[in-house]
This record gives sequence, structure tokens and C-alpha cells, in this order.
Amino acid sequence: MTFTDACSIMNGETIPFNKVPCLPFEQFQKKITDAVSQKSRICSFFGMETGNCGDAISQLRLIAVVANDSDRRLQLLSTTVADSYPAFTPLIPQLHMFEREIAEQFEITPVGHPWLRPVRFQQSEHKPEFFHIEGGEAHEVAVGPVHAGVIEPGHFRFQCHGEKVFHLEISLGYQHRGIEKALIGGPHRKTPYQMETLAGDTTIGHYLAYCQIIESLQGMKVSPRANAIRAIGLELERLANHTGDLGALGGDVGYLPTSSYCGRIRGDFLNMTALLCGSRLGRGLLCPGGVRFDLDSSERVEKLTKALIQAQEDTKTAIQLLWDTPSVMTRFENTGRVSAEDCQALGLVGPAARACGVFRDIRQDFPTGQYLQGDFPAPPPLESMTGDVAARAIVRWHEIQDSLRFLLKLVPELPAGLTNAAGRSSQQTARQPDSIVVSLVEGWRGEICHTAITDSQGNFLKYKVVDPSFHNWTGLAMALRNQEISDFPLCNKSFNLSYCGFDL
Amino acid sequence: MLKILAARLQQGFRTISYPEKLPTLPDRLRGRPVIAREKCRRDCGLCAEVCPTAAILPGKDLQIDLGRCIFCGACAEVCPEGAVAFSNDHRLAVSKRADLVVNSPEIKLANAVECEMFGRSIQFRQVSAGGCNGCEVDINVLTTVVFDLSRFGIKIVASPRHADGILVTGPVTRNMQAATLGTFAAVPTPKLVVAIGACAISGGIFRDQPEQNNGITDMMPVDLFIPGCPPHPMTILDGLLRLIGKIR
Repeated sequence: MTFTDACSIMNGETIPFNKVPCLPFEQFQKKITDAVSQKSRICSFFGMETGNCGDAISQLRLIAVVANDSDRRLQLLSTTVADSYPAFTPLIPQLHMFEREIAEQFEITPVGHPWLRPVRFQQSEHKPEFFHIEGGEAHEVAVGPVHAGVIEPGHFRFQCHGEKVFHLEISLGYQHRGIEKALIGGPHRKTPYQMETLAGDTTIGHYLAYCQIIESLQGMKVSPRANAIRAIGLELERLANHTGDLGALGGDVGYLPTSSYCGRIRGDFLNMTALLCGSRLGRGLLCPGGVRFDLDSSERVEKLTKALIQAQEDTKTAIQLLWDTPSVMTRFENTGRVSAEDCQALGLVGPAARACGVFRDIRQDFPTGQYLQGDFPAPPPLESMTGDVAARAIVRWHEIQDSLRFLLKLVPELPAGLTNAAGRSSQQTARQPDSIVVSLVEGWRGEICHTAITDSQGNFLKYKVVDPSFHNWTGLAMALRNQEISDFPLCNKSFNLSYCGFDL
Repeated sequence: MLKILAARLQQGFRTISYPEKLPTLPDRLRGRPVIAREKCRRDCGLCAEVCPTAAILPGKDLQIDLGRCIFCGACAEVCPEGAVAFSNDHRLAVSKRADLVVNSPEIKLANAVECEMFGRSIQFRQVSAGGCNGCEVDINVLTTVVFDLSRFGIKIVASPRHADGILVTGPVTRNMQAATLGTFAAVPTPKLVVAIGACAISGGIFRDQPEQNNGITDMMPVDLFIPGCPPHPMTILDGLLRLIGKIR
């Protein structure tokens, strides 16, 4: 499709902010609605209290990043609104969380939004109201924010009839640290480290998205060797988390062999990242312009290769047990199903979307760095992508094998050269002023989208982070409909979404 | 059944023999800092300038507040004299907040808690109160077969009422304040509090942001401080074992 009044950019491309068209509201509304009806999807949608748009005296500028996966372009659109506007959500459900976020941040009302409730409870003490069903035998179950396991805080409210869940409402915000607010005027000294802690289990994914922003704004080139090491880091992060989740899925259905093996193998992957950079979560591996740590000796390369081969062997025996055990598969199959239509409508991303047969993957659709080479990733087996827990498990297994093959090919053939093209002096280069840049990375949970808009000094006027969980929490709520409440842990783990990445 | 047995044989025995034998830690691990004050020029201030959490203050004798330090290694990278370096020694847990401020290669590691009631076995409730889930990741692995936390008599339990203490991670966001204090109150006395990670000790990389507190030190008495961002699992395990007197 074509946008006549929109500007289109590549992943990680900087353009002057004034090139982003600022449309009259009706036109903006039509463009967005048309784009979504033609299979485009919304990566990011946010408000910014700034500047006038044309002649209008504006209160709030709304900016949308629209992705068309088939032509590898991102469309930027914007409009301005006063204190209310007709909500998009009734027509475009995937915007519902974005609109709630905008309403909360800017005290603006999207009129006609079906469930306009704060997203993070930034303003007040945490006293949410919940969607509630009435009926003689209807009852509510409340869980959290402090959970039984070692996990992040969040509140889940189930509306049930007997064991059956009619509706699950997910109420987050407990991890809200005000990161986006702290970024304004940045990058500050703390900024890189805060980017590494947006979601600790996605340190490399989020920090890579940030590095791409800075590199684009400063016009830095990343060397092939640094790109390769970045891909190693990103895939190790995927491997660790996918393996851990498959183990936990085993644990949630009481199948302990896979649970205990995978818990350990996950640690092996984390240790490989530590071999690379000293931190199991990949803290400090990357820096704008390249990487801080090289695979400097043949001994280190050999150690990593050996560990990868061992992990290939170990994951195979540990995870194959799941598929060979009927009592496991009966619990996985047909549990927590999300249809491909719902997936499209809600704009799900990552393995959760691919498990519904909707193959979107930034590594393939909007590749950068090492992924421009093109022969990776391989699509998951379509016949198994049935949208249920089984599909979300199989897609992880597929990605584990795929990433291991990719790494075993890449590690012994690392391109030669420097790892940090620009060196420390790079930090002195000026950032493009009055510009906008969008950076996408396929983290292990799915699409990570960072958008930066700079002021006249090249500092952040706005920095918007969208963690894949922001799209996918609603997928989990939908998966629980008409399920037994006892299947919640299983469904939850099959998505394994981030609380802090959502809460920011 | 045969497949399970075959897999079991393939996976092998993987529990480490710690604390008798220390597993090899990554050479690049940024653990206990090695400070050589005699090398410090004192007037250049480069380390304080790059420190993202003000763990090193300018214009003072060189010292690092490990309660604030996120072990990024920027100070070691920037120091022209090599006055700061990070060793891969994982032992960092201390009993007093002041012991986290170090100015030499030495650190005063934690003592066993004095109360006789704890020691043979201990149960903790974990409270995740803000932060990034990084500390939770490294606490979780302690329950895997590699570390096998329960062989030391340490268990992470589901209810604060069953617990002897809490493990707190995160800076305690405003939105988690009530739940954190509620959980602490629900643990029967006598009780222990362990602050894990820079956030819980000092607010970490989010320090002074209005949406959160600067850790738990002003909210409850802390019996063990385990610094890091996040601490290595061995650092956490070492700290917990010192707390109950199984490492001295």
C-alpha cells in the first residue's frame, strides 16, 4: 500500500522530525484505519506535548509508527488533538493499551474507549477498579501483586463461574520506575545503564535497540565483527529464556525431568554470555558503535563452541521428553488457544504471534546488522502453529534449534576486524538535532521498538519504549477465556511476559 | 520411561560441590573491586565522572560504595593509573551498610546472624519490588540442580507466614510500597531481611527518581546486604550461607 501523506523510513533510519506529516485528525484516523485493515500493524503510538502542527494551536501531538511487514518500511504519521478525541480502539483493538497509556500520561480522553483504565497507576496509589461480572454463582479470584514464586509483581483478577474463567483482567504498574520521564533531555550518564535494565532478562535486546538509535543519530558505522558478536549476545539471550521457559512449562504440568534439566541448561546459556562479557545477563556487552568485549582468543572461541555443542545435545534430550510424553502433551494441546484473527487484531508479536501462524519477526522483516545476511531465521513449522500452549512451546523449541545452528555456524567464522569502530571518542560526536529515529529489534519475547525524537541540541525530546509485552499481555488475557483457572500458570508461562518492560 | 532414564544418564550429575570446592567463575566477571589507593592521582576525578550511580564521589580519597555500584566497570576502564580494577572474586555480602564502602582490596564479609533460632534451616519469602527482574533471575537459578539451594536447608516459600525472613529486590516503587511493607509485617518475628542488588540497597540505577524509594534501608532493618547489578548467583549463595553460619 502507499501513503501519500506519510513518510516512510527503514529500521534505524534518522530523518528530520519536520518531515513527519502532521495530518488533520480525520485524515490521520482514516490513514491508520486503512493501514491496519490492509495488514499493517502499529509498532508504537504515543503522545508528545510539544510544538505546533501547521497552523493549529495544539495541545498534544499523537505520533504513530506503522509497520508494513511485507515491504520492510515503517510509516510515520502524526496529528494533534486537544483534550479529547474519538477513540481508535473500537475499530483498531491493537491500540487499546496505547490509548490507555496516552490517556493516563496526558489526561486526555479517547471518547468511546471501551475500558479506559490507567495502565501503570502513575498518579495515584494503586486502587484499581476491575471489570466485574454479576451472577449467583459467579465469583472473583484475585492474585498478586506478591506471587508465590520468585517473579515480578502484578495483579490478576479472574471472573469465574466454577472453575471456568470468563474474563481475566491484568493490572500492572507495580514496577513503574519512571524510566521514560527520566530519559527526557538525555542521554544522561545513567541512560545506557537504565536501557540495560528496562527488562533485565532482555538486557541485550533493549540495549541493542538503544545503540541503534544512538548510532543512527551520530552516523556511526558498526563493524561486521561487532555485529556478529551482537547477534551472538542476542541469540544467547533468546536461547537462555526459551530453554528456561520450556523447563518451567514442564514444571507447571508436574513433569519434573524437563523442568530440572532445562533450569540448568538455561544457566549454561547465561554462563556463555558471561564468558563473553562477564555478566550472565549481558550487562556491558554492547556499546554504541560496537561491542565492549571481543571473542579475543582462540581459547575463548573454542570454549564457547564447545558449550554450544554441549547445549545442543542437552536441550535435545531434555526437551524431546516433552513431546514424547502424552500426559504433558494433553495438557499443552488445546489449552489457552488464541486464534490467528485475534492475534492480528490485538497486534501480538514475537513467538506468541508466530505460534498463531502469524509469522512476524524483525530479524526477517526489518533486519539490521548480522541479520542482513539473510539466511536466518527459518520459519517455524506451520502445521504446528495452532495458537495454543503446545504451539507456543513448539515455536520456542524450533527457535532454540534454529539459533543454535546459527551460532554454531557464526562463532567459528567470525569476521575479522575491530569491535568498536568509533572507540570512546564516538561519544563526542554530535547527535542529529530535530530528528526522529525508530529502532526495532527482535528480542526473545518479540518486537522491541524504541523511538527517539531529538531537540535542537540533539538531546531526547521524547524517547518511547515499547516492550513486546506491551502488545502481548492482552494475548494472555484472551488465552484464558473459557479455560479452567488452574491452567493459568501454564498459559502465563507459555507467554512469559515482562512486568518491568511493560511498567517502565 | 526408558526415554526418561536415557535422558537422565545423558544429563549426568550437575550439582556443584560448593562450598567445599569453588566452581570456576568467568574471567571477565566483575566481582570484588581491587582498589590500589596509592596509585590514585586524587585530582583527576575521571572515575567519579563516569560513575553512573555516584558510587565514587569526586574530591575524596578513592573509595567505592558497593551498595550503589552496578559493577559496570566504567571506572576501571577510564582510570589511567589502574587504581581500580575488578577481580572475579564473587564474595561481596556484608552485614552492615557501612561495610559496603570499600577503599582497599579488602571487604569485611558478613557474619552469621546472632539469633540461635536460625541456622539449621531457613525459609525465605522473596519480594520483587520494582527493579528489572535481573536479581530475580539470579535468585531463581539457586533452586536449580546446579546450586541446589535446599541442600543447605534454605528454602524459598510461597507465604510470608511460613517464612523466617524476606529477600527483597528492587528499589521499592511507590506502587509496591504497601505490598512490600505488608509482606514484611506478615513474617512472624524474629525475622531476617536480606537486601539483594543495588536497587534494594540504594535505589541503584533508578536512585532519586520520584516514582520509587531508594531501596529498603529506611523501611526495615536489614541483616544482610548482597551488592551487585545483579549479584552473581554465587554471590547470593555465599551471602546466605554466611548469614546462617555455614560459611565463616
